[in-house]
Amino acid sequence: MKLPHHVHLLAHAKLRRIRALVWKETHQVLRDPSSIAIGVILPLILILLFGYGLSLDVKNVPIAVVVDQPTAEAMELVASLQLSPYFKPRLLRAMPPAQELLLAHAVDGIVRIPADFSRHVGAGDAQVQLIVHGGDANRARIIQGYVQGALGAWSARQAAQGQQAAAVPVSVQTRLWFNEADNSSYFLVPGLVVLVMTLIGGLLTAMVMAREWERGTLEALLVTPVRSDEILLGKTLPYFLLALIGFALCVLSARFLFHVPLRGALWVLLSASMLYVLVALGIGLLISSWVKNQLVASQLTMLVTFMPAFMLSGFLFDLRSTPAAVQVISYALPARYYVALLQTVFLAGDVWSVIVPNTLALAAMAAALALGSRAAMRKTLE
Amino acid sequence: MNARAPALVAQQLHKRFQRKDESPVQALHGVSFEARYGELTALVGPDGAGKTTLMRLAAALLHVDAGSLSVLGIDIASDPQQVQDRISYMPQRFGLYEDLTVQENLDLYADLHGVSADGRAQRYPALFDMTALGPFRSRLAGQLSGGMKQKLGLACTLVRSPELLLLDEPTVGVDPISRRELWDIVRQLVAEQGLTVVLSTAYLDEAERCSHVILLHQGKVLSQGSPQQVAAMAAGHCFVAVPSAQQSARALQARLLDEPDVVDAVPDGGRVRFVRAAVGKPAVIEHALEGLAVDPVLPRFEDGFMMLLRTAVERERLPPISVTRPVAGHAGHAVVQVQRLLKKFGAFTAVDHISFEVRRGEIFGLLGPNGAGKTTTFRMLCGLLVPTAGQLRVAGADVRSASASARARLGYVAQKFALYGPLSVLENLEFFASAYGLRGERKRARIAWATQQFELGEHLRTTSSQLPGGYKQRLAMAAALLHEPEILFLDEPTSGADPLARRSFWRRITALADQGVTIIVTTHFMQEAEYCDHIAIMDSGQVLSQGSPAEVRQRARTQARPEPSMEDAFIAVVEQARAAQAAA
Amino acid sequence: MLDSLLRILALTRKELLAVLKDKRSRLSLLIPPVVQALIFGYAATYDLNHVTYAALDQDHSAASRQLLAAVDGSGVFERVADLQRASDIATYIDARRALLVLQINQNFERQLLSGRGADLQVIADGRNSNTAGTAIGYVGSVVEQFNAAWGGDHGWTPPPVQLVSRAWYNPNLETRWFMIPGMIGTLTLIQTMMLTAMSVAREREQGTFDQLLVTPFRPYEIMAGKALPSMLVGTIQATGVLLVAQLWFHIPFEGSYLTLYAGLMLFLLAAVGIGLLLSSVAATMQQAMLYSMLLIMPFSLLSGLTTPLSSMPDWLQYLTAINPLRYAIDITRRVYLEGTGLNLLLSDLWPLCLLAALSLSGASWMFRHRMQ
Repeated sequence: MKLPHHVHLLAHAKLRRIRALVWKETHQVLRDPSSIAIGVILPLILILLFGYGLSLDVKNVPIAVVVDQPTAEAMELVASLQLSPYFKPRLLRAMPPAQELLLAHAVDGIVRIPADFSRHVGAGDAQVQLIVHGGDANRARIIQGYVQGALGAWSARQAAQGQQAAAVPVSVQTRLWFNEADNSSYFLVPGLVVLVMTLIGGLLTAMVMAREWERGTLEALLVTPVRSDEILLGKTLPYFLLALIGFALCVLSARFLFHVPLRGALWVLLSASMLYVLVALGIGLLISSWVKNQLVASQLTMLVTFMPAFMLSGFLFDLRSTPAAVQVISYALPARYYVALLQTVFLAGDVWSVIVPNTLALAAMAAALALGSRAAMRKTLE
Repeated sequence: MNARAPALVAQQLHKRFQRKDESPVQALHGVSFEARYGELTALVGPDGAGKTTLMRLAAALLHVDAGSLSVLGIDIASDPQQVQDRISYMPQRFGLYEDLTVQENLDLYADLHGVSADGRAQRYPALFDMTALGPFRSRLAGQLSGGMKQKLGLACTLVRSPELLLLDEPTVGVDPISRRELWDIVRQLVAEQGLTVVLSTAYLDEAERCSHVILLHQGKVLSQGSPQQVAAMAAGHCFVAVPSAQQSARALQARLLDEPDVVDAVPDGGRVRFVRAAVGKPAVIEHALEGLAVDPVLPRFEDGFMMLLRTAVERERLPPISVTRPVAGHAGHAVVQVQRLLKKFGAFTAVDHISFEVRRGEIFGLLGPNGAGKTTTFRMLCGLLVPTAGQLRVAGADVRSASASARARLGYVAQKFALYGPLSVLENLEFFASAYGLRGERKRARIAWATQQFELGEHLRTTSSQLPGGYKQRLAMAAALLHEPEILFLDEPTSGADPLARRSFWRRITALADQGVTIIVTTHFMQEAEYCDHIAIMDSGQVLSQGSPAEVRQRARTQARPEPSMEDAFIAVVEQARAAQAAA
Repeated sequence: MLDSLLRILALTRKELLAVLKDKRSRLSLLIPPVVQALIFGYAATYDLNHVTYAALDQDHSAASRQLLAAVDGSGVFERVADLQRASDIATYIDARRALLVLQINQNFERQLLSGRGADLQVIADGRNSNTAGTAIGYVGSVVEQFNAAWGGDHGWTPPPVQLVSRAWYNPNLETRWFMIPGMIGTLTLIQTMMLTAMSVAREREQGTFDQLLVTPFRPYEIMAGKALPSMLVGTIQATGVLLVAQLWFHIPFEGSYLTLYAGLMLFLLAAVGIGLLLSSVAATMQQAMLYSMLLIMPFSLLSGLTTPLSSMPDWLQYLTAINPLRYAIDITRRVYLEGTGLNLLLSDLWPLCLLAALSLSGASWMFRHRMQ
């Protein structure tokens, strides 16, 4: 019975070393204002910005309405534009001033009702001109849709007055699943979670190993009974917990501030997030123990984690429409899988056909990174 | 454990480093030595000798290229972790976590070494007692003075009794008082607990206190043995000369150094101690010693060391340093005047109403333990800090309102030779030349002068961060002298420099002073105070004693110590003042 | 005056050497903006060119086939499945195998022929509601064309009014045209600001800052010597992105280079000023870097690059007034796409001037203040 006791002692010593390293790291985090800034303040700022600031909704679009001849039909059309909640029309009598407004970005588009409008309405071949500012293509397209809609409403009223039969052969009926009300915080919140997790996981850890190298603290640490996996664990755990706090903040604000539903199970969301944090931590640690220089480490981490999480994860832009090369890159990035998981668990529920493959991908990445960090973290100075 | 086998056995060690974009460096070249249990073994040698590489190899932080190294009977190549489990190692730049408190740093290492609660209860009081860190338990390590940091670093390696303690230059940048305290701790542990210690050092007086010394030079063992054996190599070669009334010890030392027969000469207590290559009474160099009293003295470790080193390295014969522009004004005219200078940081008084004067062409030494206020004073003199109160005139101008043109008359060498690491030597020189407004022909001429004076020619294209320590110091000096300043400020210029580099540094400094450049220097090496015309000893922001080195020594004379060395005088002055303060 | 200028030049040269001498740091400054412009140029688009959909045709008629053929023929849609039952819809949408399901009910053709009109049901995956909305819009325009063709063949009266739509400056309404010019500012901001903030922090950490202060350098010369190299690096990065936009993505440049670079200079000056301000607050390189991150993120989110400023609540729009990137993006887009001249850009230029002046004078005050 001697051996088990011995093994027990060894395990005990190991646990104690890990606990000591975790405490040390936690103290350092708590005493460094800049870590707090990145770990707590920045997530809060992001939550506020995402909740209140970012929106792709188009409302109150300033447009110029040029009426060459104010006939009854033309004025009715103008009225229907004025009634639309989407527009803030400015009535003008000639094109040149309207064009100037467009050039100066005072309006986003010009609706022109030509002089012979009423006559052509009678003949059934009337035209209304729309010039949109094409700079922001997404917005331009939405404006086109709104003007079309306002015209439709006008036609329907005309039809109701018995002047025209206004039906079209096929009309499109749409249903937006998971987000019936087309609420943009529904799709921004998953993105928010990704950014916050990436930030805490990647950026903070990228600096910590490099900092130990630069300050010379690692040399003394290495010549102790500490094993390299213990150093790694000691570095990972505090930031893991910090990331979970950030996660809790995000989920709470999603639920109670922005009223985004959580249709899947919380444990699924939590486990997926923990996996992603591990991956982000792994990337940070790997970069950090590889470059040994805080400046380069932080820039590199910014490049490989944060920017892709924003641009290449599919939370804002649809990845299916990118060229094959970019898609291949996106498959190598963990954010892609996490966004898919978040969108599904938050909005669609526990769809296992989405959850299982994406979770597996994250798990594989986490395992590979753990092995990689372990290999990079040798106990020598060479 | 087999007490017969040595604690550390190195056999034919080779280690080579591959540098980026440059030829590899052979750091160790067939090094063999042993360190016995229960003894203090020292690795001594100039910069680049391979001391740190050896230490790191012994700590299993580097791989051996060829040869074998066994520590505590374990081959480090086969089981590095077991070695690291059983030894303690204090690197040169000890990695204290500056954002943890003293207690937290200790606890961390106690946990890592698996020290039980009982073990701590026993050990901590002893450690706090030894290091006198008890009152500072809850202070952040980053806020400790250099000496206290070093003591805490040592305490962290001693949270349990290691089977072998490795200390890599443990006293670099530490003031004499802290240095003595640190040594007391180590010696006490060796004597009372039979601790085995291997340390590296550039201080030769420290090596003298070890039982076994290994002299390293450029990766090879020059010699090894007891300090007495090393000292004995200079037996019959050592003398002391007393300068004449008109002559300063510094001037005599400089003259002696120019003699081909003289291996080494240093000013020592108002006299000059020198070592000759030939044995016997110095008849050959009589013209330098005409009519002076010359007495043979017993050799010290340092003398033996210098003898040995001279056999390995040809002594550099410095071209006499020349200032192309004669410094205006006559000697004796005060160029720095400090009156009741006060500096407070919040409630803390860093410099407390100090006054002194420095005359043209003088070397003025500012001495004091870490945290005495030397650097703060220095920074005010250079215009880097604004005094809270008091008068401060440098080169005739009030520094507080000093214009850029006034600053052009000052040269400044910062503590860690603040150079631009990524830039080459030449680029650094060019930058500082332009910064001081030199251009065209004059800029070229001055850079050529600096290159020649400081022998930087072969390193002009080397990236500064890759320069060996001695060259960094030379480059920093060269950069500060490009614009021919009237006053040169040097903040601990010799900290961490090896004995050879220190000697050539002072040779240059004395030459500059002889040509009218005023020099203000801070140092931790008390022997170096002997080079100064005037010194001021500071502690807790106050000047405790000032005057010529002889005067300061004189004042510290007691019955027990009729002829105190500069270091004795310094420690006595500071301890008296501290005792008086504690009593008050 | 000449001395002062020469000192600034010496410092600029030194900074550039320090940054560009090392191959790794040289590459880390020049490559990322160009690579990011390339990747994000492809990725950052709201346009869809590949919409997966599943068809649930319960009518199996000529008309329904004709409609679906029109959808398939548009080049944007890819039919991934033909569903048999309505219960399959959830399978495809939930698992993200199709973005849309187009459902045609049983009496589709009969209703069309009877002249009453029929419905096309579109079920969209709303997890990314923006993408879904765009895809639905695409279905709408396919249906519109189908209606025109069907109406003409079967004698339907055309709608009384037709909308003739034109888009200025971006006739094909490509998001890329909008995104990439905006990136000229965004991609340069990150490194320019960090570079400046860290270069002072590095000197402080390594002790060379004291060395600088005891030389005849005046504070404003040090600031100028720190600002110029960063601005130069920023200009080179911006040029890199500009070249990607023109030579790789072939987005026509309508404006004057002089105007563009004038605007960029002002922007870089403001960015560098903020970087200097940060560096005067930060004690270490790590702090400098984290504080710049703390600013860069809100700056880039609230710049109008990805989401329009006009959709933000008013209080936030006011807050963006201190964001130099917001003005830079407006300037680069308008000069690039519309050829806008300086006179119309005044509303962007004067806030940049003000930001530059405020941050630079703040930084120089801090520099002097920290010497106490």
